[in-house]
Amino acid sequence: MATKTTDAAGHAAEAASASGMPQLDFSSWGNQIFWLLVTLVVIYFVLSRIALPRIAAVLAERQGTITNDIAAAEELKAKAVEAEEAYNKALADAKAEAANIVAAAKAEIQADLNAATEKADAEIAAKAAESEKAIAEIRAGALESIKDVANATTAELVSTLGGKAEDADVAKAVDAQMKG
Amino acid sequence: MASEAHGAEQGGLEFHPMDQFLVKPLFGGDHIGLFTITNVTLWMALAVIAVVAMMVVGTRRRAIIPSRGQSIGELAYGFIYKMVEDVAGKDAVKFFPYIMTLFMFIVMANFLGLLPMSFTTTSHFAVTIGLALLVFVTVTVVGFVKNGAAFLGLFWVSSAPLALRPVLAIIEVISYFVRPVSHSIRLAGNVMAGHAVIKVFAGFAAIAVVSPVSIVAITAMYGLEVLVAFIQAYVFTILTCVYLKDALHPSH
Repeated sequence: MATKTTDAAGHAAEAASASGMPQLDFSSWGNQIFWLLVTLVVIYFVLSRIALPRIAAVLAERQGTITNDIAAAEELKAKAVEAEEAYNKALADAKAEAANIVAAAKAEIQADLNAATEKADAEIAAKAAESEKAIAEIRAGALESIKDVANATTAELVSTLGGKAEDADVAKAVDAQMKG
Repeated sequence: MASEAHGAEQGGLEFHPMDQFLVKPLFGGDHIGLFTITNVTLWMALAVIAVVAMMVVGTRRRAIIPSRGQSIGELAYGFIYKMVEDVAGKDAVKFFPYIMTLFMFIVMANFLGLLPMSFTTTSHFAVTIGLALLVFVTVTVVGFVKNGAAFLGLFWVSSAPLALRPVLAIIEVISYFVRPVSHSIRLAGNVMAGHAVIKVFAGFAAIAVVSPVSIVAITAMYGLEVLVAFIQAYVFTILTCVYLKDALHPSH
């Protein structure tokens, strides 16, 4: 009764619903494998004729571009290094020149200084010699005066003590005393 | 069938998790012949369109500085190219379009299958076994063409003790022939199981009390399935590369 009707309904639905695994329904295998082969062949030709060569070309081109860009960058870097070297060289040259100028100026100044010092020294020496001469004259004068005074004093002392003094003797005695 | 219908009468619960995998002719009729246009045809055609959109339309400008679409295409290209080169070796690069075809088809079919109401072509053993056999035949043919009889050295483990070698050879031969089976069942099984589980959770959503949990579970499963869709395509492709490596360099 009820089972019969549901059975009938089930039978009607059986066309649309699977009994067991549809995977094991071998009647459709030929069909599936046929369409699979068609699909694979189509995909194979699309990929091997169009897609893969195109992508390979794009990748190769990109690689080339990157390589070129890197080469260009390296070239620019080398140029920059060169420029820096030139700059450093110019700087070093300028420094050396400056040092030369400084040294020359120093030498000149030193020479001037030496000349001035020499001149001053000579002047000082001349003045000193002059002064020494003057001092010697003064000293000689003083000695002479002392001798005179000593002679006079001695003569006076001798005469006061009652002696008789020859001028020559007195002078000799004074000389001897003064040397002593 | 009857008890299922009976249950439906009682709780309003209807589980038809496998219905989504039915192969149906698109333009009426029940008979599925070799060339009948079915939902399989439709979704495979959509996969082709998706591949064309991604790899051809996306890269049409050939820009040095790629657009977003072009980046995706280039990413896919680089991903598989590097995989082939790393896993299978430099001399396997001439098989790159072939492997790319497999990967693009599987990944697109998997993701298209995640659209609601869609049909997942890669959930069918017919499709995955077809793919796996294609790989198996290619690898075997390449192995013999490249190495001649030396390809059989793949089964003769020369680093093992002599007494063990015949035993190992039998194991190696068995494992070699099991390859297409595991290769195909893994892909279809993963995809089918995920989709069926989502459908089961969706069936539970009919009960008002359970429906929030059910929706959360569907969301979580869907997230997992997105991962699985990519990972299974990746696994299928990398295994293809590994097998290809064996064919090109059969020595252990």
